[in-house]
Amino acid sequence: MSVQQARPAARAGAPVAHAGPKRRRGWRYAGTVALFLLPSLVPLTLYTLIPMAGSFWTSLHEWDLITDMRWVGLGNYAELVGDPDTQAAFLHTLYFIAGYLPLVYVGGLGLAVLLNRAMPARGLLRGVYFLPVITSWVVVALMWKWLLNPASGIVNWALGLVGVSGPGWWTDPDWAMPSIILASAWKDLGFVMIILLAGLQAIPREYQEAAMVDGATAWRRFRHITLPLLSPSTFFVVVISLINGFQVFDQVQIMTGGGPGGATQVVVSQIYDLTFRYGRAGAASALSWLLFALVLLVTIVQIRGQKRWVTYG
Amino acid sequence: MSRHVKIVGAVAVAALLATACSQGSATRGTTADAGGKVTLRYFTFSAAPDHVKDLAAIEQAFEKENPDVDVVVETAPFDQYFTKLQTSIAGGTAPDTFELNYENFVTYASAGSLLDLGTVAGDGAGGMDTSAYAPESLNAFKRDGKQYALPASFSTVVLFYNKDLFDKAGVPVPTAGWTWQDEQAAAEKLTDRKKGVYGDFQPVQFFEFYKTLKQAGGAFLTPDGKKSAFDSPQGVKAATWLVSKVGKTMPTEAEIGGTADYDTNLFKSGKLAMWHNGIWQFAGLKDVPFQWDVVVEPGDVSKASAVFHNAVAASSTTKHGKQAWAWARFLSASPVAATTRIQSSWELPPISDQQVLAGYLKDPKPANRQAVFDSLKSIALPPVIKRQQEMQDAVTKELSEAAAGRKSVQDALKAAATEVDALLG
Repeated sequence: MSVQQARPAARAGAPVAHAGPKRRRGWRYAGTVALFLLPSLVPLTLYTLIPMAGSFWTSLHEWDLITDMRWVGLGNYAELVGDPDTQAAFLHTLYFIAGYLPLVYVGGLGLAVLLNRAMPARGLLRGVYFLPVITSWVVVALMWKWLLNPASGIVNWALGLVGVSGPGWWTDPDWAMPSIILASAWKDLGFVMIILLAGLQAIPREYQEAAMVDGATAWRRFRHITLPLLSPSTFFVVVISLINGFQVFDQVQIMTGGGPGGATQVVVSQIYDLTFRYGRAGAASALSWLLFALVLLVTIVQIRGQKRWVTYG
Repeated sequence: MSRHVKIVGAVAVAALLATACSQGSATRGTTADAGGKVTLRYFTFSAAPDHVKDLAAIEQAFEKENPDVDVVVETAPFDQYFTKLQTSIAGGTAPDTFELNYENFVTYASAGSLLDLGTVAGDGAGGMDTSAYAPESLNAFKRDGKQYALPASFSTVVLFYNKDLFDKAGVPVPTAGWTWQDEQAAAEKLTDRKKGVYGDFQPVQFFEFYKTLKQAGGAFLTPDGKKSAFDSPQGVKAATWLVSKVGKTMPTEAEIGGTADYDTNLFKSGKLAMWHNGIWQFAGLKDVPFQWDVVVEPGDVSKASAVFHNAVAASSTTKHGKQAWAWARFLSASPVAATTRIQSSWELPPISDQQVLAGYLKDPKPANRQAVFDSLKSIALPPVIKRQQEMQDAVTKELSEAAAGRKSVQDALKAAATEVDALLG
């Protein structure tokens, strides 16, 4: 669930660190390498790899957290695949992504283009738009819950002023997911903006100037120069946002708790409920692995597919 | 399964699921300090926020009698309590003693998480002296002939009403003889949506449903407990009764807007005429600027009041069984605990001593305290199954679908019954 930890995919064509004469370096060299890797390898092993192995083991059992584990083999997986609640959770997650991804990308791109121009207080504005990114989800979710409160929220009050009767937002199953999408896009807008802004600034000015000399309109320059040259940043943003989208949880838990009537129950909230409400840690672990498999698959497809549309320098 | 695997599993679940769950103080270990004093941890949901002081008074009295024991109280709100308890048991840091309610007792007792109190109850004449308890309360926390927990308190749900609103509208106040029809007629007269005044408030959820179901003469499970029985004419009647209030005499989900304690605040602000809630609300209503009272809840073909039972159990892993027993016993049956609960209008002590209980009636507010005891004459106990929480969630979810008008009551009950049958399967 962390945006910050991920790094851009290695750039094709960048010099590769270990290139050089291929020969056995011997144990001494391996030892040196291991020593340098240690600071990141130890936490990775302790807090990611071992727990992952543990969760896989748990996924093969029925376990209520208080009694002994009972071996069920692949039973949890078999049950989940046919379970309507699980299917609904995956559908809701995809619905979230389908709404969130375009919104956050287009919004972030607009902001980035806007704040790439010379204007007063540009630095301040960039900071302001980035503020939600570093704000705790609890704060943001509670704020949006209040803004979108059907009875006393400011949004419905404002809609009322112009004669529109606002929807039930997160209390209405049809509007609950859009409410969460809205809050999520708002929070992550600044992150997308910052990445794209950096991408925009890396585009050499000469290309734009050359196109201007050739008489290209602003739209054509944007469409045929900016967008293609921005594609590595776009690729990174899409990969990260997709992974974040699959792991959506905090905002759902706080804004709707999966409701109303299960309309916003996403995969991770299902994992949470299975473990902590229903005492089914085994099934929850199995679901975690299903989610992991899906995210892995989607990411591989994206990385394979990037050749078709991502232009490097 | 070895302990190591369990620990690895616990770490794995905690880390991979990476939720915002903080175990807080429930993970603190038990220690005995230098003086040989035993630290006994007690985890509770019923004390905070209104009765922390009252629990502290009981604790001090206990520590005076048992100078070698230092009781450390940890509290959590009810909706987080069982998550924390479960995680601390899984993590091997279970509190020595903890509160359990009747609905969850079976889960924990059958999981082997509870200490058989008979094994630590001392020997000789003292032994397992249970005469202080009301027998039906004691039996509720017995399993396979073993006493796994001691009943500590109980409470019932009654109908609260705002007398001023009734008088102003010229509607006669509720009596013990009321039925649903009387309640509905009064609620319609008292509702004034323009002024934000509502006639009635009864949450549409599992706990209200099994009770109204019994009031309508139905049963939640078949007598052998193996199948659901609520998808019946009585079930439809009960669910319709609950659902029909929403948006008419009671605010809708959107109007409530997820506000915490919405109904409590509505009643306190004098804008709710009738309120189905528990006697644990008495203390909080002491200073409201209007006249209010309580009455046994109206019934349909029969009366049935919800009774909630809380008990004290000891963890099967505690190193201080004797002390745990002493504390559990003190908390549940000592005169100090009983009078503290009564005087602070907390919940009722499950004791057999009628004289102590009579003290409950002396408090002037609400005037009709007798209704609390009357409500015990015909009670509805919640159905309890192994996958309790899933059942409660499924029923509540389907009922709220019906309440919001997205499903017919019949379809909602049918869907809920299918889910509950699967959980029993």
